[in-house]
Amino acid sequence: MHGKLVDMVLTNSIDRRALADLLFQLADDELCIGHRDSEWLGLAPDIEEDVAFSSIAQDEVGHATFYYELLAELSDCSADALAFARPANERRNALLTERENGDWAHTIVRHFFYDTFDALRLEALADSEYRPLSEGVAKIRREERYHLLHLHLWFVRLGGAGGEARKRMEFAIDQLWSDVGGLFSWGAWEEELLTKKIIPVSSFELQHRWQERVRPVFAEAGIPWIEDLQQPEKDGRVGEHSPEMDRLLLDLSSVYNLDPAAQW
Amino acid sequence: MTVMIHDPDLIEALQDVKDPEIPAVSIVELGIVNLAERRGEEAYVELTPTFVGCPALDMIRSEVEKRLAKVDKVEKVSVQVVMNPPWTSDRITQEGRKKLTEFGIAPPLQDMEELHHRVPACPYCGEVEGDVHNLFGPTACRAIYYCRRCKEPFEGMKPA
Repeated sequence: MHGKLVDMVLTNSIDRRALADLLFQLADDELCIGHRDSEWLGLAPDIEEDVAFSSIAQDEVGHATFYYELLAELSDCSADALAFARPANERRNALLTERENGDWAHTIVRHFFYDTFDALRLEALADSEYRPLSEGVAKIRREERYHLLHLHLWFVRLGGAGGEARKRMEFAIDQLWSDVGGLFSWGAWEEELLTKKIIPVSSFELQHRWQERVRPVFAEAGIPWIEDLQQPEKDGRVGEHSPEMDRLLLDLSSVYNLDPAAQW
Repeated sequence: MTVMIHDPDLIEALQDVKDPEIPAVSIVELGIVNLAERRGEEAYVELTPTFVGCPALDMIRSEVEKRLAKVDKVEKVSVQVVMNPPWTSDRITQEGRKKLTEFGIAPPLQDMEELHHRVPACPYCGEVEGDVHNLFGPTACRAIYYCRRCKEPFEGMKPA
């Protein structure tokens, strides 16, 4: 159905593995952040945010489903098995997306950092030579802009509010900053992906763009900018994860594991 | 973009298939039918979701299969979900926009540029002075606005 570009990619097993690895990064990121969003259901600070985070969760999990379905076409596994049955060391999401929800400031900071990154990643992938991906991305971008608008608003509002809100924002930024560097990695196959133009932009460039975009928002929120991004201790893009990921997977897959062969 | 030639009988039948979350509007009026054509005895349909994670799509697909199976000279129905060309809120037809308003949902503002913070006219009184109450609503494709004349919230489809 997707034409000859699929065949081009699939003829070479290295390229095929590189492509699958990229799709897992996208799918696992969206599934983890979507799951974390869904955990706010009934607990968000007000009813509007309950609605907003449910809606955002639904979008993110929907995007994950789209990526898992592309993966299912490349493999013998169903999208459900790929989403629910893979152990933590096969997951390719960045650590930032698996972290447990802290307070509201922690959630806002994490999501704003991630959404800004995701917007830049999607902007790049819109030019991917792998057409099934670039077509889906064109659509997904139109949805993600709403998330970013919303999270930007909260980030600036809480930062600018001063007092306890500001204190909590700064604490959350401190906590999360060491995870930010882990977002930009394209994983073990960056070189192959760049050569095949499946990704048009390097991880280095992606990180540079992220800093350029986030720095003015810190200024807008009245929060001092932090120059250095660190290399992460654990790289989620190659399957290294925190204990928080094990707990996330246990929760996420609890219904699936009751009967993995069940038809839904 | 390639211009798709729809089969008129199939399109007429698809007017009977409604969005399960907005039963006043057909999937043709909503603009999610990319293609409906006959391939011999097969009816071939391409649908594209309003939002990628739209949970109504599976239900819509099975309604399409059921409805088209009843069309003359159709022996088999195939439904594909595609992302290209993507749905945009500008694809809702004039008839669709009218029916959305009658149903109590403001149709989306047109021309995407910087529309996210603008407010459509209230579907109940037509007042254009309103506020964005929540960019997110009861379904992925809707937002919640507030009408300053009715002093009530209302739903609208998001420009997307």
